[in-house]
Amino acid sequence: MINLLLLPIILPFFFAVILLFFKEKIVAQRIITFVSLIISLIASIILMATIKSDGIQTVTLGSWPAPFGITMVSDMLSALLVTTSIVITLFVVWYSFSSIGNERERFYYYPAVLFMLTGVNGAFTTGDIFNMFVFFEVLLMASYVLIVLGGEKKQLRESIKYILVNVISSALFVITIALLYSVIGTVNMADIAVKVAEVGQPGIITVIAILFLLVFGIKGAIFPLYFWLPGSYAAPPMPVLALFGALLTKVGVYAITRTYTLFFIHNTAVTHELLLILSIFTIIAGCIGALAYFDLKHIMIYNIVIAVGVILFGVAQMNDNGMTGAMYYLMHDMIIKGALFLLIGIIIAITGTSNLRKMGGLMKTHAPLGWMYLVAAFGLAGIPPLSGFAGKLLIAKGAFEAGHAWGSIIMLASSLIVLLSVIRIFIYAFWGEPKLDEANQSVSYRNLMTPAVLLVILSVAYGVGTEWLIPYMTDASDVLLNPSMYVDAVLKE
Amino acid sequence: MKANDVILQTATKVVFFIIFLFSIHIFFAGHFAPGGGFVGGLLTTAAIVLLLLAFDLKTVQQALPFNFMIVVAIGLLLAIGMGAGSFVFNVPFLTHAFGDFYLPLFGETSLHTAMIFDAGVYLVVVGSTITMIQSIGGES
Repeated sequence: MINLLLLPIILPFFFAVILLFFKEKIVAQRIITFVSLIISLIASIILMATIKSDGIQTVTLGSWPAPFGITMVSDMLSALLVTTSIVITLFVVWYSFSSIGNERERFYYYPAVLFMLTGVNGAFTTGDIFNMFVFFEVLLMASYVLIVLGGEKKQLRESIKYILVNVISSALFVITIALLYSVIGTVNMADIAVKVAEVGQPGIITVIAILFLLVFGIKGAIFPLYFWLPGSYAAPPMPVLALFGALLTKVGVYAITRTYTLFFIHNTAVTHELLLILSIFTIIAGCIGALAYFDLKHIMIYNIVIAVGVILFGVAQMNDNGMTGAMYYLMHDMIIKGALFLLIGIIIAITGTSNLRKMGGLMKTHAPLGWMYLVAAFGLAGIPPLSGFAGKLLIAKGAFEAGHAWGSIIMLASSLIVLLSVIRIFIYAFWGEPKLDEANQSVSYRNLMTPAVLLVILSVAYGVGTEWLIPYMTDASDVLLNPSMYVDAVLKE
Repeated sequence: MKANDVILQTATKVVFFIIFLFSIHIFFAGHFAPGGGFVGGLLTTAAIVLLLLAFDLKTVQQALPFNFMIVVAIGLLLAIGMGAGSFVFNVPFLTHAFGDFYLPLFGETSLHTAMIFDAGVYLVVVGSTITMIQSIGGES
């Protein structure tokens, strides 16, 4: 089917529209959302198999020839990201059934989640830079709704900051595209790559490259531009935070990766060196934040920043190992962040606080939760059989090959700090004397546990099954390292 | 003394239809002349806003008893349904088609599927702007 690669975008959109018709019927909303996500997941898996056997899939909307219409391009990287996003959303929605509360569900919670997934999947799939802007706006609009939905004081305050920052960065995005269009004369990404290669990336294109880094850096929270993230992400309820933490910053990371491997590859001494330095600083800044807080949410939020730094550090190497490692780490981080946010959501639901100092002794009453958390924490830090290991190993290998020994030492040292920060949660919350009062002891958390545990199991399988996944990751990084494959697939007709 | 706005209300009753018809004209003109779903939708909204100014929210809601969120949803369905036709014919998404048809009242007419998409845009614009105005203006 010619439109196969559009299904993961259109299906969530279609079902979100259907959900608008009966906002009061919560049970129907839940069922339809869940079923629609399963259908989308099946479609995206079929898409991934198709790409594996037949190569990059493209479709130019409206049957126009390639550089003139909007081209949607699905290579292995975007198919993997789309599939992972749908999986995360599926489990978060499942978790929402018993945690988000009827009041929010009645006010378009599920349509907003599906609209956001539409935007995320669209941004991962599009082959047109202005269309990418539009999909960014789709996902941002939906995320504004999700961050403010419920109308608590904290949410209102933080959503103002979040919206302000994103409106400014979106305006900057438009300006940057305008600048690129005035120099290059096209917005089709494959065509941009061709034209930039023709003119050989003069100074103005390098300026545009830095501007893109600025724009996507605000979205993806890299070093000097991550200031909005900790406050904004701590405001919304836990399932929304899990969605944001797993998906939204990764869209920015994907956009940096795509532009820096497709367009701006002719003057890497400036652009990629800058990316390398910023990614190192991102890791350091994230580490400082992760150690500084005694608040569960903030510790995990700063771990997002660290992961963004690690992935971009891998991308900046521009060699085989570094890129494959970055791709491997990107997927791992989405899954494990989803799992960890769901798990600490359960801890917060049981203890009724997110302050570590007020917790203790959960191991005596909630042992399964403790063990699951420990597995996920080890996975995040990259203990060998688990999922974080292979990616970081490859990134470090790539960095040593590229001669960035210092950077990779800092990156490897950051693993220790990640481990320290998450193990501190484990020690404070699960060891020691129980501090729970009677009322909280009887909180039922079985419904919340199921999706979280399944996600942890998925991450373990991801780590154990490295051998089977590596071909997919190599496919993804091959396209990034050989932009001609991408260009040929789009402009072949 | 009670304020009396009989002139405003009488004028509104006439002017409303002029604005509404103009918005429909702008909507249909979109393919060959400036106009289209977005401006058309905004003009229709302007007509309804005039009603809101001359009468009160309750009267207008009785006169136009739609749930405007449903109007938005119908508009989105029209747009995506137009695109989904491409799945039936196995052509790239949003591929349009047109043809000449004989309609009973209008005679020989050229119809284009972009119209359906535009109708979707029109409904979304009307629905979302009226929802905004109603939810800011009234208490829910």
